Amino acid sequence: MVKPDIQTIWGWLDEVPDPEIPVISVVDLGIIRDVVWDGDTLEVAITPTYSGCPATSIINLDVETALRDRGLTQIRLKQKLSPPWTTDWLTAKGAAKLEEYGIAPPSAAGGPSKCPHCQSADVEKVSQFGSTPCKAHWRCLSCLEPFDYFKCI
Amino acid sequence: MVDEAGNAALFETLLRLGDNTLVLGHRISEWCGKAPVLEEDIALANTALDLIGQTQMWLGYAAEIEGAGRSADDLAMLRDVWDFRNILMVERPNLDFGHTMMRQFLFDAYHHGLLTALAGSSDPRIAEIAAKAVKEATYHLDRSAETVIALGDGTPESHEKMQTALDLLWPYTSEMFQGDAVDAEMAAQGIIPDPADLRAPWLTRVSATLAEATLTLPQDDFAHKGGRTGVQHTEHLGHILTQMQWLQRAYPGAQW
Repeated sequence: MVKPDIQTIWGWLDEVPDPEIPVISVVDLGIIRDVVWDGDTLEVAITPTYSGCPATSIINLDVETALRDRGLTQIRLKQKLSPPWTTDWLTAKGAAKLEEYGIAPPSAAGGPSKCPHCQSADVEKVSQFGSTPCKAHWRCLSCLEPFDYFKCI
Repeated sequence: MVDEAGNAALFETLLRLGDNTLVLGHRISEWCGKAPVLEEDIALANTALDLIGQTQMWLGYAAEIEGAGRSADDLAMLRDVWDFRNILMVERPNLDFGHTMMRQFLFDAYHHGLLTALAGSSDPRIAEIAAKAVKEATYHLDRSAETVIALGDGTPESHEKMQTALDLLWPYTSEMFQGDAVDAEMAAQGIIPDPADLRAPWLTRVSATLAEATLTLPQDDFAHKGGRTGVQHTEHLGHILTQMQWLQRAYPGAQW
């Protein structure tokens, strides 16, 4: 087969949802660090968000499956630890989708600026840890709804 | 290329790093489903997850350095007590929630300093694992320090429990800073910091938080030791391993 160009492959990967937060893609999350052709083998470098994230193996499987579905057969996934993942790599598109979904996106201020449900700025932290390692648990004091905040690391 | 003796020291060092995170990770996972409140339950389980994730990286590298065909899983699940190199403090039973969080704080303050130093290791693999792990240790420390302050400077009952925990745990802290020939060899190569150098910044950090928590620093400098050198463990490690390893022992090679 003709080798698809790298940009096309990035587009395909941008359709692979994050298994925990399916509204954003693995590309939005910033964990796909490199896509290169090594001869006839496509090499994809993936970095883990948190070292103990249980979704890591599922993400690898989903990436590989997506590429195989497009007809690629020679695929090599490699883990890339350095530089370590940071929430700065979350795309603007990803941050907007998170908020729409009800998860406050990471903010340099160390906490959400507003409630993702009612936009009120009257919010407080309940716990540094939420439903997954990457999220903290917050609540809105205006609409009284709890919500997840995607932690900044 | 490192020579055979260098490999042995590096392997030992990686076991010390990975066994601390493995044993403490397992210990705090014991709270899963029965912590005092839901938020703490989730927080402890998430911290455990980070520590086990870090274990995979340390023991994964240890297995490669050993070059004997063992994997990180083999090292975690198929070694017996005498081959573990964790400090004694992390194998202590959880006792109450206050004791668990005091141990976590004393360890996190050490772990954060250690990982910060290791991020500048002359061994690039150690440096990249540490750079990743220190981000997690940072929020572990934020949280355990916050909890120690809240409970220490809390009700008379919580204060007393935290002081009791501190008094019980204090003799186990010195082991973190006691180096041996392995440490000296690794430190000389810039692979790890000299453990003794980590003590002063640790004590500064710990003293500040404990003062805020209205707790009194014990003056006794007796030290329980032997875990990280493998000389002796407490009786508690064997009990942890029977629970952690039974499945691989009973059904060798089982996977899911």
